[in-house]
Amino acid sequence: MVQHLTRKLLSGMALPGIALAAMLGTVAVPVQANAATLHMAWSQDATGLDPHKQTAFSSLRLLELIYEPLVRVDASLQIVPAIATSWQFSQDGKELTFKLDPKAKYHNGAAVTSADVKASFERIPDEKTGAAARANFLSIASIDTPDPVTVVFHLSQPDVPILTAMSDVNAAIVPAGEITAGSVGTKAIGSGPFKLDKWDPNAREVLSANKDWAGGATGVDGIEISVLPDETAILAAMRTKQIEFALLNDPLVATLVPQEASLQLNRVPVLAYHVLQLNPSRKPMTELKVRQAISCAIDRQEVLDTASLGEGKVTGPLTIPSLATDPSQLFCYKRDVEKAKQLMSEAGYADGFSATVIGATGEPPTAAAEAQVIQSQLAEIGVKLDIKMMELNVYVDAWLKGDFDMAIALNGGRADPYTMYNRYWTKAGNLQKVANYIDDTLDSQMQQGRTETDPAKRKAIFAEFEKHLAEVSPWIWLYTSYSYTAQQKNIAGFVPTPTGTLFSLSKVTIQQ
Amino acid sequence: MTYLLRRLAVFPLVLIGVSIVVFVAIRMVPGDAITAMLGTEAGLLTPAQREALSVYFGIDQPWFVQYGRWLAGLLHGNLGISSTYGKPVLEIILERFPLTLELALLSMLIALVVGVPAGVFAATHNEKFSGLGVRVAAMIGQSTPNFVLALLIIYTLSAGFGVLPAMGEFSPLWQDPLRNLGQLILPAITLGFAFAASVTRISRSAMLDVLSDDYVRTARSKGVSARGVIWRHALPNALIPVVTLSGIEFGYLLGGAVIVEQIYALPGLGRLVLDAILQRDYALVQGAVLFIAFNFMIVNLLVDLAYVALDPRIRLGEQ
Repeated sequence: MVQHLTRKLLSGMALPGIALAAMLGTVAVPVQANAATLHMAWSQDATGLDPHKQTAFSSLRLLELIYEPLVRVDASLQIVPAIATSWQFSQDGKELTFKLDPKAKYHNGAAVTSADVKASFERIPDEKTGAAARANFLSIASIDTPDPVTVVFHLSQPDVPILTAMSDVNAAIVPAGEITAGSVGTKAIGSGPFKLDKWDPNAREVLSANKDWAGGATGVDGIEISVLPDETAILAAMRTKQIEFALLNDPLVATLVPQEASLQLNRVPVLAYHVLQLNPSRKPMTELKVRQAISCAIDRQEVLDTASLGEGKVTGPLTIPSLATDPSQLFCYKRDVEKAKQLMSEAGYADGFSATVIGATGEPPTAAAEAQVIQSQLAEIGVKLDIKMMELNVYVDAWLKGDFDMAIALNGGRADPYTMYNRYWTKAGNLQKVANYIDDTLDSQMQQGRTETDPAKRKAIFAEFEKHLAEVSPWIWLYTSYSYTAQQKNIAGFVPTPTGTLFSLSKVTIQQ
Repeated sequence: MTYLLRRLAVFPLVLIGVSIVVFVAIRMVPGDAITAMLGTEAGLLTPAQREALSVYFGIDQPWFVQYGRWLAGLLHGNLGISSTYGKPVLEIILERFPLTLELALLSMLIALVVGVPAGVFAATHNEKFSGLGVRVAAMIGQSTPNFVLALLIIYTLSAGFGVLPAMGEFSPLWQDPLRNLGQLILPAITLGFAFAASVTRISRSAMLDVLSDDYVRTARSKGVSARGVIWRHALPNALIPVVTLSGIEFGYLLGGAVIVEQIYALPGLGRLVLDAILQRDYALVQGAVLFIAFNFMIVNLLVDLAYVALDPRIRLGEQ
């Protein structure tokens, strides 16, 4: 009966549907089987074009297609060539030499030379530039350019993570002439696989293939990116084949993609981590036992299952697959409410306390749900949480000032643990005022990790670092989620990576 | 004429008031263009780096100096440069405004074409089941949030029929009228739905009032047909509250329909202002709000003038 009714309803809808299709027919744009332009969508647009100044996720994803750093990290987080074809550390780890690809050319046809590399790495540490990645390159003492394809970085101390930091588009090589002219960011001249032909902020970008790209021919002639702020509208546009490839943030929308026969969902665990940041400078989080009690009272798997539909993996502080340890071995990663209550009692808070947790609306989309689950879990040990959701910029302002009791955050990851955490867990870390906790052990472990060149010893150092961080519990690491991209099934060649880069769009093809 | 001149003379004062409120309010909100661009990474900046970026964004001076500079620019017809777009603010606003104006006109057209006849029908069938039906429909229309309707339309069209207006790149009316209409018709229906419901309700109640007036009874007793009484005698007098409502709604729509523009990805004025606020693009927020306030005042003035056209007994500006 139900089936009959459904059929009848559907057949009844077919006629008006055809009429509607006819009306909208002029505007519904079906994908051409042999289209050479990839139609793409995302919900948040880039915020600028200067690769040294941009840190927003969408800005980096766009700029990675236009600019190139010296090296890149691949899907398995190994360093691979980009503008540099080879590199070598000296025996004492204080000299790093790169050989550049002689075929590398900018979009304006000029060759990429060692002078451009020198100018770029002088611009980034210059305080007048305002480059957020400056902190990663402070060990550069001087740069030599013995010939146009050789660059030698002289470091003030051994700095193993600097190579990973150089793989970021924030360390992209830009023409020395553009730096002198002050036009970096106004004219997007890079050496990457695509040229930016048009950028209408918050509306769309038009990219065309760089025929001179040293990496070879691109798979498509161009990419048109539409900014569709609502992700359900992105999904709708993919259903009607207007959009062939999309970046998704909301797991609730992403989980709907596999229900569409013509679509494919790509998901890959990312390095970014969801975390409940405690503020150990505020009472009673100043007490180790209170922080540990919070850690023991939180069921991380439940937070993941409820807020993110299970789309992710419980994590400790280290999210880099090659270095991460088994989180179940970390302090109180198995929920233990009785132990939490005992710790609260020993700290003198047997009756609990009240605190406020802040979160940014929609950033990440799961923030409010995470706060609610944690609120109900902590209520079991007498902690009354007041949830305060804020507009992103207001949140960032409060977060940077350390003006919170607790904060729900999605913090970015890096391919190297030192680059990822030195800002928080070293005595000189720029974001110490946000972390509000440091001890000698953490600081010393980070310094050892920075200079140690033996991979096995380095792994052991960071394993101890992770164990200690979980025990002192300044933050409660929750889970890592996935980065999602959705595509029509006739799109081939995209390789999702833990860094979230869309660089492999350079080799994507549209199948007949 | 004197009334018109008096109204126009007030415009600059209102606009200066609006500009001060917007200028101060946007700066009172925590966060600035630097945190909007860098997010939490802004914490990695040294004081010197922050200072350099403050100069770049023009937020290094005290607010009153910034306001003075901006006002001086305004007097020369310069609303400033958008830090997001790197273009003059006025140029960006004028690029976005045609879409917003067209959407507002289309929504109002739908609302009036549907709402006025529906209101008249409900008034003339007041005691009947069909009249009740129109009232219920109007109530549903008014209480349905437009984002629900928009998402429902998008889902039904894409999942049920596999069609959807092209989103992302907008085609102006003068470039491709058919494509333009296809892109705007669904947002206009979404906005016009609640608008039509309001028009229906207000025109029904106004018609009920007018239909009980003496002159309507006189017209009937003189043998004027029922249709003639309603459309020629009663309706023009019942239209004044409809004009007031339409004017206010139209004024709001000229400020941009933020949610509908977001969902349908239309690059209109509402989305422009929202993005500018989120990115703390102060010049753009100030310029766009000033432009919206100016439009609102013009619409109000036109509504007042429309009263005179509808009812010659009204004399504007008379005590």
